[in-house]
Amino acid sequence: MTNLVLVEHDNSAVKSATLHAVAAAQKIGGDIHLLVAGQNCRAVADEAAKIAGVSKVLLADDAAYASRLAENTAKLIVGLAPSYSHVLAATTAMGKNVMPRAAALLDVQQISDISGVESADTFVRTIYAGNAVATVQSADKVKVITVRPTAFEAAAATGGSAAIENVAAAGETGLAAFVGQELSKSERPELTSARIVISGGRGMQSGDNFHMLEKVADKLNAAVGASRAAVDAGFVPNDYQVGQTGKIVAPELYIAVGISGAIQHLAGMKDSKVIVAINKDEDAPIFQVADYGLVADLFQAVPELEQALSK
Amino acid sequence: MKVLVAVKRVVDFNVKVRVKADGTGVETANVKMSMNPFDEIGVEEAVRLKEGGKATEVIAVSLGPTQCQETIRTALAMGADRGIHVQTDVELQPLAVAKLLKAVVDKEQPQLCILGKQAIDDDANQTGQMLSALLGWSQATFASKLVINGDGTANVTREVDGGLETIQVKMPLVITTDLRLNEPRYASLPNIMKAKKKPIEQVTPEALGVDPAPRLKTLKVVEPPKRKAGVKVKSVAELVDKLRNEAKVI
Repeated sequence: MTNLVLVEHDNSAVKSATLHAVAAAQKIGGDIHLLVAGQNCRAVADEAAKIAGVSKVLLADDAAYASRLAENTAKLIVGLAPSYSHVLAATTAMGKNVMPRAAALLDVQQISDISGVESADTFVRTIYAGNAVATVQSADKVKVITVRPTAFEAAAATGGSAAIENVAAAGETGLAAFVGQELSKSERPELTSARIVISGGRGMQSGDNFHMLEKVADKLNAAVGASRAAVDAGFVPNDYQVGQTGKIVAPELYIAVGISGAIQHLAGMKDSKVIVAINKDEDAPIFQVADYGLVADLFQAVPELEQALSK
Repeated sequence: MKVLVAVKRVVDFNVKVRVKADGTGVETANVKMSMNPFDEIGVEEAVRLKEGGKATEVIAVSLGPTQCQETIRTALAMGADRGIHVQTDVELQPLAVAKLLKAVVDKEQPQLCILGKQAIDDDANQTGQMLSALLGWSQATFASKLVINGDGTANVTREVDGGLETIQVKMPLVITTDLRLNEPRYASLPNIMKAKKKPIEQVTPEALGVDPAPRLKTLKVVEPPKRKAGVKVKSVAELVDKLRNEAKVI
């Protein structure tokens, strides 16, 4: 049994979500190989080779993989997959984009966003915005899986010394081309891997008011997130969204400010270790999952919180 | 250009689903059902393309039991021209749906298929990518902006983890919708009445030559562990004290 894990990276460094996918592969058992598909990404392969428990890194360095377009990357995976029992990627925008395409070409029913491994063919995943948990069994020859990063403790980034093997590119499909990107720039930790997250909802009333949360975030070295309502209202960009169809987070501490707590939002954060809710509506559903609830006007409470954290 | 939109009938997003006592699934009897919200965005986008003169016809396709026709009617009321209902009582998983949609696409020859990025019941996020793969078309998932160029290409802005990404893709094309692509309209009463007269063609998986049998076996479905509500604190000072000394997270 050998697992192939698709490495998430930006051509210069391994993204931490990969370590969680490797952890899921470790639970499945057997050898673990990594696939680094990119352009001028030798440094990524070198870094990947150090991840604990990995026995081989496959490096496909080609212009076709410069931005991990789904058409080209899936084609590469399809060529490699027959040698593997499991092909995994983290449930990230890249994993979600590429893996189902590869699965369909392999005639495999993918198992999406697993949060547990019962055995080599049986996996646990949530459905209905986390309101039900299903255990599913696959009889497909190759298991194609995406892994919910927050559900698996990260594999160690160092300690391994895997061999790096070059693999031939599978060709340019010519179907798509990368044009450009607008990435949110932030000095704060990444939302999905931050130890503390502070999120704002519709109650924030404007994008400007998010600066209040940023000040608190800077005191706590926290990431800033948002509910769908705040993103739809244009207060903050889409990559802030925490929830069923946004990002799934599970930090040590999640502070929900002005968020009512729709089930779709809870789906994205209810596995956080400690949840704090600040809301002026004492009946807001968010209080039903909060370890510590503060019924207060956020425009007073948040600056006060920032002050208190300075002490 | 014909546009095909796939619409799924799901438990309404406002319903708090209940796991069945026997652990076989969730309760869907006597529960309000609606069109998957991402598919509403898909229908809206297709109708706007028609209104903007880019599309000539919008076909709404739904797959599943007879009641799926209600979901197709909703799409027709929003402005789709006709419907196709793939009738089956078999549990449909994304790969089977993609195969069935491919068979419909082979027959109808649209240049663009629009699907929701994710259905809010199985949360799989697969079908659009799979359909694109089986057709050998390009794919643009999690779209927040679609521009059809005159030269057989389209520019699509995608919502990705770090922000937004724009790609140029060749037509024919499968896109999957993200939340910010548009704001779906409400169907007006006259349009709901008109939709009743629009045609819905019925086909079966057998007629399409597709075996829809599920590949994944669901062994059990259970309730998630419940989080118990904690305490209300009276002040910010008390909150900070609890976080420092009780929870020890800051």
